Amino acid sequence: MTIEPMPVPLEPSPAAAAAVFELHGVRYLYGGRQTALDGIDLRIERGERVALLGANGSGKSTLLKLLDGIIAPSDGTMRALGRDVAAVADGLDSFRFHREVGLVFQDPDVQLFSATVFDDVAFGPLQLGLAQDEVRACCDEALRQMDIAHLSNRAPFELSGGEKKRAAIASVLSLRPDVLLLDEPTASLDPRTKWVLVNLIRQLGEGGKTLVTATHELEIVPLIAERVVVLGENRRVLADGRPAEILADRDLLIRANLIHEHLHEHGGTSHSHDHDLEHHEAE
Amino acid sequence: MSGRVERDGHVGWLEHTLAGITSSIERAVFTEEHARSRGWLQAVDPRAKLGMFLVVILAASLSSSIVVEVGLYAIILGAAAASRVPFDFFVKRVWLGIPLFAGIVVIPAIFFVPGPRLFDLPLGPIQLAPSIPGLIGAVLFIARVGVSVSLAVLLVLTTPWADLLKSLQTIRVPQLFVLILAMAYRYIFLFLHLANGMFEARKSRLVARTSGSEQRRYISGTIGNLVNRSIKMSNDVYAAMAARGFTGSIRSFQADRMGMADWLSLVGAVAVAVVAVIASRSLA
Ligand SMILES: Nc1ncnc2c1ncn2[C@@H]1O[C@H](COP(=O)(O)OP(=O)(O)O)[C@@H](O)[C@H]1O
Ligand SMILES: [Mg+2]
Repeated sequence: MTIEPMPVPLEPSPAAAAAVFELHGVRYLYGGRQTALDGIDLRIERGERVALLGANGSGKSTLLKLLDGIIAPSDGTMRALGRDVAAVADGLDSFRFHREVGLVFQDPDVQLFSATVFDDVAFGPLQLGLAQDEVRACCDEALRQMDIAHLSNRAPFELSGGEKKRAAIASVLSLRPDVLLLDEPTASLDPRTKWVLVNLIRQLGEGGKTLVTATHELEIVPLIAERVVVLGENRRVLADGRPAEILADRDLLIRANLIHEHLHEHGGTSHSHDHDLEHHEAE
Repeated sequence: MSGRVERDGHVGWLEHTLAGITSSIERAVFTEEHARSRGWLQAVDPRAKLGMFLVVILAASLSSSIVVEVGLYAIILGAAAASRVPFDFFVKRVWLGIPLFAGIVVIPAIFFVPGPRLFDLPLGPIQLAPSIPGLIGAVLFIARVGVSVSLAVLLVLTTPWADLLKSLQTIRVPQLFVLILAMAYRYIFLFLHLANGMFEARKSRLVARTSGSEQRRYISGTIGNLVNRSIKMSNDVYAAMAARGFTGSIRSFQADRMGMADWLSLVGAVAVAVVAVIASRSLA
């Protein structure tokens, strides 16, 4: 296989200028049986910062992989940057598409496979066939944006959880994508590390990138997004609105399995209430 | 608690083996402390170093003189000292393993090679009679293996893994092969950690003695689970690479040029190798 010469700017088609992603009735089934998404209608504009909120197994990761053109919808139509995603997933123009849209996987170990952090960050730009000093400039910028320049010669497996996450994000940022998809970037991090990461993500958003962040952590939502799309356990969009509205809607959050009525927080300490069970069953 | 003692006796070997493998591989990697310390070989360009090691190994295997092998080994010890590799650690690491592997190969040869015998000791049905040419051959063989293994250990100890992989590319080892090597190295860890974690999680839940059939069922279940998770992970790894432009061929940085000191070291190693081969010819 040969690599086409890269730096050809993307022709912004009229559709792409209006919407980054456009999904109509998108369904996805794993192995033709297991329904992961069941009829998603969604439109994301350029420059929007969206939080994709949903419980475990609600299909967040699947949706992000669809948006990144890694998998094709089983049903429905889906366009990304004016292209047909099914065709991108088949390999058509996938190279140029991935210069524009980058996905940071939930598990950073999936993304870091090189001998050093720098090599991982350089992997994308090198595959694009950029000149050496251009590659170096892209990498330096990405490492600086994630504040990990000092780790560039370390082996990825020596890093802490938060450092790995930042390295994984840098390895995608080095391609300078306009659209960044983040899968649970703050999951299983301690509070301080989480806070550092949230701030780094905010800065990326302020730089004008389109950001779609999947998460089930309510407290980070208002910090990283101005729009929230809630995925329900029925694998459809349950709600779509501003963080303040969505986070204030207790019933909605309970229905989406994002909070539990018997287990919620009061000033930082969580405890369970002895509600009667018939209340629990009512639905 | 007595329950604990019983459990250890039953599942202990499995956990110990796994934990042992994980930690020894981890230790081997984290001893990059020698690769990052300031010594002579650490400062030499990894490509020059790889060349140096290859020519000296070639000389060691071409030479048929024990004196030359001993001379080469002395030079290696000098290089190790100049590179601040602890003498004790370096010598032990090499010579503890060699009798085990080389011994299995050469011991039969000592007795089967024809020629004059060192002594002849009848031990019931067998006759213990080592031949002198056989012994000399065995010593030479062990010396060669010792020199080669010492060289390899010294190379690995003084070179960060990442640099070693890169220098493999410069001697035309296919890039895809180097990438596979790098990934295998990386993911073996993850796999072992996963396995280790699963065994530990099980151990922490175990409150009673388990029967042999339960253990077997558990082990086959665990292996199935590990395989499933590995397949899912390798799918994601591939997707993540494809998303960053991977199409089957790997591109990488052209490394910096080698400096004068690197070339001098390489020329020095070639000179040592040539002298060793000539000396072994004239001694023979
Ligand atoms: N590789 C896979 N094979 C089969 N089913 C899968 C696979 N990945 C995810 N699923 C299923 O699809 C559903 C959605 O999963 P996912 O997108 O990972 O959700 P989330 O990221 O919100 O936790 C889940 O029911 C999950 O079990
Ligand atoms: Mg997920």
